[in-house]
Amino acid sequence: MREFDYRRATDVAGAVALLGADPDTRFLGGGTNLVDLMKTGVERPTRLVDIRELPLDRIETADDGALRIGATVTNADLAAHPEVRRRYPALAQAVLAGASGQLRNMATVGGNLLQRTRCGYFTDVTQPCNKRIPGSGCPAVEGEHRNHAVLGASDHCVAVHPSDMAVPLTAFDAVVQYETADGPGELPLAEFYLPVGDTPHRETALPPGALITGVVLPPAPVAARSRYRKVRERASYAFAIGSLAAALDVRDGVVHEARLALGAVASRPWRALAAEGVLTGAPAVPDTYAAAADAELAAARPLPHNGYKVTLMRNLVVAVLTELAEEAAR
Amino acid sequence: MASSTSSVITLHINGEKFTLPVDHRTTLLDALRERLTLTGTKKGCDQGQCGACTVLLDGRRAVACLQLAVAAEGREVTTIEGLAEGDRLHPVQQAFLELDGYQCGYCTPGQICSAIGVLREHAEGRPSAVTDDIRPEAGPPPLTAEEIRERMSGNLCRCGAYVAIVEAVTRAAADGATESEEAVA
Amino acid sequence: MTTATTTETATRAPSVGTARTRVEGVEKVTGAARYAGEIPFAGLAHGWLVLSTVARGRISALDTDAVLAMPGVLAVLDHRNAPRLNTDFPSMLGMRPDATCAVFQHDRVPHLGWPVALVVAETSEQAREAAESLVVHYEPEPHDTDFTSGRPDAYPLDGFMPAVTEKGDIDAELAASAVVVDAEYTTPEEHHNPMEPHAATAHWDDGRLEVVDSNQGATWVVGDLANLFSLDPAAVRVRSEHVGGGFGSKGVRAHQVAAVMAARELGRPVRVVMTRRQMFTLAGHRSPTVQRIRLGADADGRLRALEHRALSHTSTVYEFVEPSAGVARVMYDADAHRTENRVVRLDVPSPTFMRAPGEAPGSFALESALDELAVECGLDPVELRLRNDAVRGPVSGLPFAGRRLADCFREGARRFGWAGRDPRPGVRRDGRWLLGTGTAAASFPAGAAPSTATVTAHPDGDFTVRIAAADIGTGARTALTLVSADALGVAPERVRVRIGDSAFGPAMIAGGSMGTRSWSWAVKAAAEELRERLALGADVPAEGITVRSDTTAAIGALAAAERHSFGAQFAEVAVDVTTGEVRVRRMLGIFAAGRIVNPLTARNQLLGGMIWAISMALHEEALRDRASGGLVGADLAGYHVATHADVPRIEADWIEDPDPDDPVGIKGIGEIGIVGAVAAVANAVWHATGTRHRRLPISPDRVLAAGAPDA
Repeated sequence: MREFDYRRATDVAGAVALLGADPDTRFLGGGTNLVDLMKTGVERPTRLVDIRELPLDRIETADDGALRIGATVTNADLAAHPEVRRRYPALAQAVLAGASGQLRNMATVGGNLLQRTRCGYFTDVTQPCNKRIPGSGCPAVEGEHRNHAVLGASDHCVAVHPSDMAVPLTAFDAVVQYETADGPGELPLAEFYLPVGDTPHRETALPPGALITGVVLPPAPVAARSRYRKVRERASYAFAIGSLAAALDVRDGVVHEARLALGAVASRPWRALAAEGVLTGAPAVPDTYAAAADAELAAARPLPHNGYKVTLMRNLVVAVLTELAEEAAR
Repeated sequence: MASSTSSVITLHINGEKFTLPVDHRTTLLDALRERLTLTGTKKGCDQGQCGACTVLLDGRRAVACLQLAVAAEGREVTTIEGLAEGDRLHPVQQAFLELDGYQCGYCTPGQICSAIGVLREHAEGRPSAVTDDIRPEAGPPPLTAEEIRERMSGNLCRCGAYVAIVEAVTRAAADGATESEEAVA
Repeated sequence: MTTATTTETATRAPSVGTARTRVEGVEKVTGAARYAGEIPFAGLAHGWLVLSTVARGRISALDTDAVLAMPGVLAVLDHRNAPRLNTDFPSMLGMRPDATCAVFQHDRVPHLGWPVALVVAETSEQAREAAESLVVHYEPEPHDTDFTSGRPDAYPLDGFMPAVTEKGDIDAELAASAVVVDAEYTTPEEHHNPMEPHAATAHWDDGRLEVVDSNQGATWVVGDLANLFSLDPAAVRVRSEHVGGGFGSKGVRAHQVAAVMAARELGRPVRVVMTRRQMFTLAGHRSPTVQRIRLGADADGRLRALEHRALSHTSTVYEFVEPSAGVARVMYDADAHRTENRVVRLDVPSPTFMRAPGEAPGSFALESALDELAVECGLDPVELRLRNDAVRGPVSGLPFAGRRLADCFREGARRFGWAGRDPRPGVRRDGRWLLGTGTAAASFPAGAAPSTATVTAHPDGDFTVRIAAADIGTGARTALTLVSADALGVAPERVRVRIGDSAFGPAMIAGGSMGTRSWSWAVKAAAEELRERLALGADVPAEGITVRSDTTAAIGALAAAERHSFGAQFAEVAVDVTTGEVRVRRMLGIFAAGRIVNPLTARNQLLGGMIWAISMALHEEALRDRASGGLVGADLAGYHVATHADVPRIEADWIEDPDPDDPVGIKGIGEIGIVGAVAAVANAVWHATGTRHRRLPISPDRVLAAGAPDA
């Protein structure tokens, strides 16, 4: 870890000014990902701007019913918030399924969105990686890729996004708000993460110098009956090998509305719009769920050792939607 | 603006103030262990993957290895050394001792600090990943062994003392409830 | 006081066998216990190892000048300026030392992660940054890290036992068998990962070397360091008061040797601590194995043929064999019986002992094969094992010094509720989970090695025991306190046991499940002699009366016999074949493992072994990248060990089985908990799903690939 300057920001404008246009400056939130990456040498900032004391630690309900979550709200406080648990249970479940109690107490919402992939080649600076060093190659394609992408990847990078939280946020049409020196802006989460293409090092559409200030969850009554299921290689404290955020509104045996997003299958949380299209207006029966999963997974391009993820996601879609429909029928 | 790579900071640890210059790279973990001889907080992985360095920051459990010391200024740090009152062990420490909730002892301070955090989080009604009904109306889930295991999963014990650790946390929770020591929100 | 001591003993109940909390417990729960990297030294400097980034080749250049100019940097040691070491000596355990510990002796790189330099600086932050900035140039060569069953360059290797044993005609007996099982089992590369990373501080004082270290045996480390640096052993002292786990990985390794070199070079104390990532190449590991088992049996399950062939890898600088086939030499006899341990040399780090070396992977294969045979014979798996319970050593022909395997199975089956088990696979369901139960047998050698100890009587009636034992979490310090108290006829509170110091004289390491037994023998011998002297009415002077023991002769006089602990393992699992998740729901291990000194710590240790089995069966797997020759995800997020949520309420218990030839009756319990338990879990997965998993770990991708049971 190289030496760095440390500044503490007390207001948003000040934080943005401290970051300036310096490509070697980073905002420090909980530090649970950044400090680790600095230790492994993936990140080598020359200045950190500490934003933990910014007044962005509130969760508020707007007049239109939207929930505004401040960027420095900790993952733990997000999952514990009554409105989140009541109106967006899959979001609370996803956050609770991530990391550990200690890390959730430290990690922030903004940092969670910006966390980097856990691909073992990315985190080992002695290895080539197109995400770290554009053009150096992607050893995962021919190497160990059991937990790599089956959707939306390219030959340049097959890493998956590690966030649990971002999966339900994607399903619920969350919008990311940010501040720059030129003023505020916002990005729907669906547009926040860039496609991999041949630029895997460019991960988000955030403008340079932007500070995430919060995430807005629009009102989504369907989300009240939602669930997050995460599958991993041990029962807890591990990243997903596949996860699903699902919400279902069934009326008279027919799917009125459905939201689906898949985790750990792509470079970003994967909104399953094709599946939602099949579900909407169709009978709420397992065959429909399977057809919906198949419609989404038709685009899957598994590598030699991660084809199980296609089976896993199909099974998860059917299982979780069945559970939600049964729950609604009770 | 002149940049600098070190600062003189004041840390509040176990009710005491310590003023010291730190290299900005210094984590809270290394400040405790290398600078303040508070070596009870352990370094197991140094990257947030084992929980051995768990301390309480403003009363909530956190891993000291990913917390920069300079960024901990102004926060109240409680380490394993700050739990007992003189010779009287904290109920969680006492339960670990009596029920053999450890073997080599290296993950133990982290397990104990984590358990104290767990008991507080549970008393506040915070759900976990294994809580069936997370709606606020449902109230806090019973603190079953399954709940304790999930909540303690951020603390690895390679010796495999998990069975006794869960027994110790269970007993401490029961004792804490009867003594109404901070357990009742 | 001495008179009081002797009268007190007449009525005193023994301490051995009673549950006692650890004597160092308060220190451990308050954070006061100091481990190797935590002892303060004035003027301490910090060393950081630099590891190779190629898997094979030569170091062509190191740009040390730039690093030496960095803030706080004191020195860079590499093969050009490091002192020469002597590596041609037999280490304590009878082998040459692993050349991996003889750092900076040449420019060759035999594996990725090989130590190429040590950077020493005033602070650990400075040392780390400088080490990471050191540019090392290599002339890389093609490497070979491919571990496969068909390696033509594999060869038999003896290690701690003969490579091959053979009797009868395997093929003829297989041809004559009513039922045959022929299957290949594989286990992955596994890593110890004790929670405390390897750490050492070296300090030279007037020609004498002192090392504060985290190890499994001060005698072992002091001997190797004296040999490596050609020093008088009396001029070297190694201390390790508390050790944060070892599991076979904490012997002499690169960090101690590098610290000693740097401390001499700089004339001040130097500490070197491995990072977690460095531990994955410097601390040893369990080799992957490929095991082929062929069993032939009569229709009633009696074995006619047993063949167990095991392959493991070793490095190009050290020969270590994972003796997986050894377990068959103890467990089951057959008319034709053949076992073989082979290795292949690859461009990988050196493997080493890891909890139950040989038995852990070997029992997975053999006890899985027995389960397959039970299915083929239509026999209950417990019954099959009872029918094949050996009466003499299958290879040695020697009698067993206690073999209560059948009693373990009967007691375990009763408590687990095994009777009436439906043998059909894939038919029990609880919601999304398929349920199944499995069982397997366990054994582990019971041995003792020569040790010395001293016991001192003080005028106030207290006693001090000194022995170079290591408590790596086993509870040895407490066990030795109880053994000493009984031998002296006093309460344990009167005895202070000091361990972890080479100055106390030679003693066995904490390893091979032999530590507590070996040390107890020495401690008891000294204590009993002291007690006899005190009984004669000797006055205790201020400096006390000290008696020293040496068990070399007594242990050498032990008659040849098959000496082992045994056990029966039971597991119940739940499998969701639609997600691939496997959860252990309950486990029971019943052991016949000698006299249990401290039931409180013994139960914990046996459970710890069983938890290792859960971890090995379901989670642990180091992934080696073919292209680079290194590991991918070499950290505790990439290499999963079981955590709280993976471990249900499991039980371990024992039946009476005192060793007839041990002064205390001890056999050893450090490793048997893991043996057989991996197979019990795998066999339960078969019972739940109908799929036989012959490849570990049984991870979600493999369960998903196997699909759902035929309905």
